[in-house]
Amino acid sequence: MAKRTIVPFGPQHPVLPEPIHLDLVLEDETVVEAIPSIGYIHRGLEKLCEIKDFEQMVYVVERICGICSFGHGWGACASMEGALGVEIPERAEYLRTILHELGRVHSHLLWLGLMADGFGFESLFNHCWRIRETVLDLFEKNTGGRVVFSICKPGGMRKDISNENLQEMVTVLNGLKAEIKEVTDTFIDDASVKNRMTGVGVLTKEEAMELCAVGPTVRGSGVRQDIRLTGDHGVYKELGFEPCVEEAGDCMARTVVRIREIFQSIELIEKAVAQIPDGPVDVKVPKKVDGEFAIRLEQPRGEAFYYAKGQGTKFLKRMRVRTPTNINIPALVKMLAGADLADVPILVLTIDPCISCTER
Amino acid sequence: MSAAYVTKSPWVVHYDGSSCNGCDIEVLACLTPMYDVERFGIINCGNPKHADVFLVTGSVNEQNKGIVKQIYDQMPEPKVVVAVGICACSGGIFKDCYNVMGGVDQVIPVDAYVPGCAARPEAIIDAVVKGLGVLQAKRDAMVNAASEAPVEIAEEAVTEEKKTPAVPPIFTMAEIKVNTMDHLKK
Repeated sequence: MAKRTIVPFGPQHPVLPEPIHLDLVLEDETVVEAIPSIGYIHRGLEKLCEIKDFEQMVYVVERICGICSFGHGWGACASMEGALGVEIPERAEYLRTILHELGRVHSHLLWLGLMADGFGFESLFNHCWRIRETVLDLFEKNTGGRVVFSICKPGGMRKDISNENLQEMVTVLNGLKAEIKEVTDTFIDDASVKNRMTGVGVLTKEEAMELCAVGPTVRGSGVRQDIRLTGDHGVYKELGFEPCVEEAGDCMARTVVRIREIFQSIELIEKAVAQIPDGPVDVKVPKKVDGEFAIRLEQPRGEAFYYAKGQGTKFLKRMRVRTPTNINIPALVKMLAGADLADVPILVLTIDPCISCTER
Repeated sequence: MSAAYVTKSPWVVHYDGSSCNGCDIEVLACLTPMYDVERFGIINCGNPKHADVFLVTGSVNEQNKGIVKQIYDQMPEPKVVVAVGICACSGGIFKDCYNVMGGVDQVIPVDAYVPGCAARPEAIIDAVVKGLGVLQAKRDAMVNAASEAPVEIAEEAVTEEKKTPAVPPIFTMAEIKVNTMDHLKK
């Protein structure tokens, strides 16, 4: 038997913008076991609900993660609206859906870039991020922020987006399609990319279900699972949503799921803009929260869970968030066992890890 | 960018303290085609021993303060630390969290502070340019200290440098604290 060595991976590692630590147990070049340890970015922000009132808490929850910040803001607002017992206007629900899907386009483009950087394709990384800047410009124009938007509030939206601006958003995104296709075709067709990703890190359908993987990780293994199907949030039922599923379960399949979701999100935005009704975007909410409510949301990385419980004052008793990367770590550990050491960076990236979501 | 500062292309090492990712992706955005600081030879390298500028995002906590310190110690002299984002400056919105110690300056000396949540790429680039001035001043001090040989002078030069940095930080710590407190009161 070959001698076993333990190689530490992270927390500061060139391939990861965020700190996660893995102890890789190696036999020669093969990973036998991976032991993850987290806790470098834990802030303990759920406890802030004791000193910040529920409206301020939205700002805090949004800052769980800078990549899916719109979804976090939406989840926090939706759980509080449930606890307050208010219904938001339909236009606000449409606007939230549109911005959430725009966030998915930006998040997946960002991930494609990081993945390209992970397997050493520097120019592809730069092209993905160049396209992403156009999406960020749309965000900045319509919400005022590039990263954190703070446009959701309990009771609706802080500000309306005019129909002209929404039309312009669709025009810009449709113009982007050709550029995105050029980049994503490279992912799908390029021989060097195929060599790195096809057949690497296979997660079978059974394993994915057993390990409760979520998001593109589980959809890449052939499971039709998407919280958008439940119709709990947003207007996905009205838009006729059907999730993107790939069967192979390897890195390539997960990448293709995300690529297809970029185009799907653009289509969803287009449909939503065509259907959006006129009307108010917010309702008045009570100043004191009583009752409790939980909601699930499909973030770019998978299912996220939000729970708010009031205690009859303006402060919440409990604000709980469960995020997708946390749930995908067992699947990652499964994929790492038996992989080559050189494949570890792309395997870590393939679940689209968001460590600040995980640790909060 | 003032060309006088850029006598050498600085390399950057980036560490995410306990940031929300927002400032991290803005740091990366600086390197990509829209802002493209790579054209000046500024490279984000993963190895602290290659780096001149240390970009820290997010605040420090008990678990990562050792790592921040370790990366700082590994960097060769002269070196510059830039605290990116309000969390790295003072703790920001997470200041009151139980696992947040506060700004990065609690652990290592900081040369430039970039406020903002998230810090905009323009502001990050501006801070790095300001940091280059500090880097140059530190380099000059080292060269002077080495050429004028006697040990006492060298010590004097270093202490003077520490007392009055050649280029003051963009915002002083006091200003940032005032701004943050106002924000919290609202």
